[in-house]
Amino acid sequence: MKTPIQFRLNGEEVATFAEGGANLLDTLRETIGDLSVKGGCWHGSCGACTVLIDGAPRLACMTLAETVAGRSIETTAGLRQGAELHPLQTAFMEHFAAQCGYCTPGMLMAAKALLDRNSSPSREDVVDALGGNICRCTGYEPIIQAVLDAARGYRRSA
Amino acid sequence: MSINVKTFARLADAAGALSSERGARFFAGGTLLMHTINDANPEVETIVRSTDPSFLHLSVSSGRIELGAGVTMAAILAEHDLAFLHPAARVVGGPAVREAATVGGNLFARTPFGDFATALLALDAVATLAGGLGERELPVEELLSRRDRGVLLVAAVAFKRPAADVFRFLKVTRVHPKGISVLTIAAQLPLVGGRVAGARIAYGAMNSMPMRAKTAERALEGRALDAAGVAPVLAVAAESTAPVDDPIASAWWRKAILPIHLRRLLLGEANA
Repeated sequence: MKTPIQFRLNGEEVATFAEGGANLLDTLRETIGDLSVKGGCWHGSCGACTVLIDGAPRLACMTLAETVAGRSIETTAGLRQGAELHPLQTAFMEHFAAQCGYCTPGMLMAAKALLDRNSSPSREDVVDALGGNICRCTGYEPIIQAVLDAARGYRRSA
Repeated sequence: MSINVKTFARLADAAGALSSERGARFFAGGTLLMHTINDANPEVETIVRSTDPSFLHLSVSSGRIELGAGVTMAAILAEHDLAFLHPAARVVGGPAVREAATVGGNLFARTPFGDFATALLALDAVATLAGGLGERELPVEELLSRRDRGVLLVAAVAFKRPAADVFRFLKVTRVHPKGISVLTIAAQLPLVGGRVAGARIAYGAMNSMPMRAKTAERALEGRALDAAGVAPVLAVAAESTAPVDDPIASAWWRKAILPIHLRRLLLGEANA
């Protein structure tokens, strides 16, 4: 049975039908067409599908689609403002923090959740914030450095 | 296959539906159940949810702590007055998992998961179970032993606030900051005149579910928390444990390192 749901996706109201038991990841990708959200494991282990729900990081694959009715969701597709990249996207490019790129959307959103509430994170804060996101390419260090660098940009723009 | 999703305003009604609906499973944060659903397991035919505010209720007083079963690890970490529980809540997955993982769900997590349940066991927590005919209480220790038999819907857990510095928690993992448990130890170590009186020790990942270390508790009674005092406890630390072999560690390894980490916890040398 399908259930009608409405929520905000990257600031825009969207309305769709969620299949009973459908997860948010499949709903975003297959029903709404937001392909910026990646699916890695569908078991909550890899973090590739991290999105923000009401500002908090959540795994889209572990989220029942109909529980997001009335809530605000942010995905990587909403990071860029027109032609201007988000400071995290810029920092990821500058630090070569993406290699194959598959984990990158989840990393960006996990990092955004951190910087939105703490623009002066310690290295330990960054490591903890990315603790649920797996990258098999970079060895993590460029990602950590990118987030710390982006935080400086956050502070300058604040 | 599409699954029926039924949402109830009252936990009691959710409990009723859970008992009467075929293939019904309760959905709290989703970190356990969504695995099963994503795997298209045909055993799940109905998802039962509840929007009952009591499910998210969190009450902290000087003497007693009550946590609705739907309280998340993130909510516990946001509560200053629960700082003694933060080491146990912080090790439940990464931030995104902690936003969803609930107190009640952790009581049903399969070994080697269930770190927070191990803490609740050491805290001598009592669970309130919701039922169509009313609520009843069950010690977490008994709940864990019965969790695979019948339908249990945990509404809340409650326990006495431990005195300052009495509660200790340690998790051993291979990967930091987020790793699956090699073993977990939680303990209440009250002291009277510098000697342990009424210790309560729980292990995670040392059995098919979090377990009390009753032999170690008895051996610790009346002893000081120093190297000489804890030595006899370490000799019996692994008694009655039955860990499993899994990709994280062998049963042999878990038993071998248990006394090392129990010693660190008892002597206050462990970093949670």
